[in-house]
Amino acid sequence: MSLDNILNHWSDYRKGSEEGGHHDYEHRWAMAINLDICNGCNACSTACYAENNLAVVGKERFEKGQAMHWLRIERYWDQQDKDYPEQGASFLPMMCQHCGSATCEPVCPVAATYHTPDGLNAQVYNRCIGSRYCSNNCPFRVRYFNFYSYYESAWPEPMEQQLNPDISVRDKGVMEKCTFCVQRIRTAKDKAKMEDREVQDGEVMTACAQACPTSAIVFGDTMDENSVVSKLWKKHQVERGVYAKTKLAKKDKDLRGYRIFEELNVDPSVMYLDRVREDI
Amino acid sequence: MVTEKDINEQIAWAKINTDVLESMENPRPAFWVTLAVCVAMVACAVLAEYIQYTEGMGTANLNNPHMWDMYIAAFVFWIGMSHSGTLLSAILHLIHADWRKPIYRFAEAMTTFSLLTAGLFPMIHLGRVWNLYWVLPYVSDRGHWPNFRSPLVWDAFAISTYLTASMLFLFVGMIPDLAICRDNTSGWRKKLYTVLSLGWVGSDRQWRHFRKIYLLMACFLIPLAVSVHSIVSADFAMSIMPGWHITSFPPYFVAGALYSGCAAIITLFILLRYFFRFEDYMTLAIMEKTCKLTFAIAMVWTYLNLIEFASIWYGHDMYNKELLIAKATGPYAPIFWTMIFCGSVLPFTLAFQKLRRHMPTMFVVSLFLNLGMFFERWMIVAPTLSMSQEPHQWDVMYGSIIEWAIVFGSFGWFGMLFLIFVKVFPSVSMYEVKEMVFHRKRSAGEEDLARMTDHSKPVTQTTGGEGA
Repeated sequence: MSLDNILNHWSDYRKGSEEGGHHDYEHRWAMAINLDICNGCNACSTACYAENNLAVVGKERFEKGQAMHWLRIERYWDQQDKDYPEQGASFLPMMCQHCGSATCEPVCPVAATYHTPDGLNAQVYNRCIGSRYCSNNCPFRVRYFNFYSYYESAWPEPMEQQLNPDISVRDKGVMEKCTFCVQRIRTAKDKAKMEDREVQDGEVMTACAQACPTSAIVFGDTMDENSVVSKLWKKHQVERGVYAKTKLAKKDKDLRGYRIFEELNVDPSVMYLDRVREDI
Repeated sequence: MVTEKDINEQIAWAKINTDVLESMENPRPAFWVTLAVCVAMVACAVLAEYIQYTEGMGTANLNNPHMWDMYIAAFVFWIGMSHSGTLLSAILHLIHADWRKPIYRFAEAMTTFSLLTAGLFPMIHLGRVWNLYWVLPYVSDRGHWPNFRSPLVWDAFAISTYLTASMLFLFVGMIPDLAICRDNTSGWRKKLYTVLSLGWVGSDRQWRHFRKIYLLMACFLIPLAVSVHSIVSADFAMSIMPGWHITSFPPYFVAGALYSGCAAIITLFILLRYFFRFEDYMTLAIMEKTCKLTFAIAMVWTYLNLIEFASIWYGHDMYNKELLIAKATGPYAPIFWTMIFCGSVLPFTLAFQKLRRHMPTMFVVSLFLNLGMFFERWMIVAPTLSMSQEPHQWDVMYGSIIEWAIVFGSFGWFGMLFLIFVKVFPSVSMYEVKEMVFHRKRSAGEEDLARMTDHSKPVTQTTGGEGA
């Protein structure tokens, strides 16, 4: 090992932390989720389990809050009142928001979670020591910890045959979370590179977006101005970075876009489109 | 009211030596009972940790919002406990409060051992403890560094520095006493003390160097003590969670640390006084002073608590305010109000002289003060995780028997280390008690002299306490 090596890495590191992660993005993968057409069927969550080798923990541990669902459907019951007699439940698919200034990143003692040039918030399983500080500092609470070793209980023989070979099975003591199906992004990027072209819009599709029966989830690159997702972001005037701008836009009824906990200034990469309600 | 003497200044130097040396040989039977209880507690904790290590962290009932729980509360508690040893040994040394002399040695030992206990918790709570060393900036051929922005890395630096410094301080302050032990023992003890006393003979030159290094280390230790708990508070204050992201946390944590440490000193004071028949040294007058100090710190803690509540209440941050209301009225309310009662109301018993002088009362009160302080740490860690910004993940969690066993076991671990220490090493500083007696006797003598002849010159200064 050379001294140069250490010094180079050191300056990389310093540059990264002073400027708050990457600035030269290649892509900025993002989502738009239309809550108006989400019917809470949980297909996205199921697809995520299949795609990402998520362990099924069993009823007892699920009730204890030790589940591993990277994508969960949050169900909120509307309060009944005179104007809105029966509203039923609202559904909100919640996964890692891949925040532009993610709060989980600075607190990890070993820098196991970091920002990639793709605009993803990556989790390096091999580097994780399981201090769980990242999860504590995540306002969305979308990080899941391997409280047990699930390999034998979740995939008894011959079920290990159905594991996705593109990604690892995590063992106990490691934090994990939604990756925006990074293995699919990787494959598409590699393929595009081989064919000497840019990644096309629609070429990468996350498992949840693929499984959604109503196409409520749209995935794409917001740096590609012609992608469906950036058109949706633009249409609903949701912009990265500045909170005040999108807040102003909410005055217009047709502008349904918002990002969750925008007031915390964490710059999430997932835009939700508000549910349209009929006035009774 | 007649001012009571901190110590009987007529006590002979030889008697000091015999009494303290006797304590190391022949404690009361209660000492052995307590030690056995502590070892049993450690055994339970080791069993629990074995299960947790092999099965996974889920056995502690940790879950998605509650990634940290009582382990981190206990970590903060034990770090806090260590601070009062430094207060007694370093700060009171600098301000020449000589009543600290008979009790500072065990307080400083408490610092070291509570730090050793605290240091266990980051390991116990880590998902992959075998990779713990990754938080240290060792030179790796892959060019990996720890994340220097993370408060957990600051913790690693702060605690290891403080632990090293306080251990050295404890050791250096003990050298003249170790020489006394060396000269008065035989067998394995003689061998041990011969090595540890580093050839101390009590010459003028040695004393001169000793005074200098002791003062220097005291000065070095004080900023460390303050910074360590400020950095521990940064674990919480640097986050964006409601109830954690609070500006007043560093002073609040330091005050809380001194508070629980002083309460622990009272507990151990009473225990040692009984175990080792130290009634001549750990006198009621010194007990009173310690109690008054604890009372003052308790009021500072209460004040900082009120500041925190007020700034949340008038700050109108929605999440913070809701959390504060939830703490006071929600599922954690019994624990929250117990903390307020034990931390802010119960210390008023220390304001009454009759109670201060009643050892059983003080023993129970000091234990309850520390119960309150443990709950304080728990009420910092757990409710924030229960009720953070995301309402879908709201949850109340109580630890499993595994978690409780480990937390209880940490008290056994501390007790075990501490009791072994006071059995092997002199828990009352012989040379400093001699100094104290010497100076007090002389100043009393001077008063008498001054009354008789008011034009007499003061006696020439000598460095007191040539103990060995």
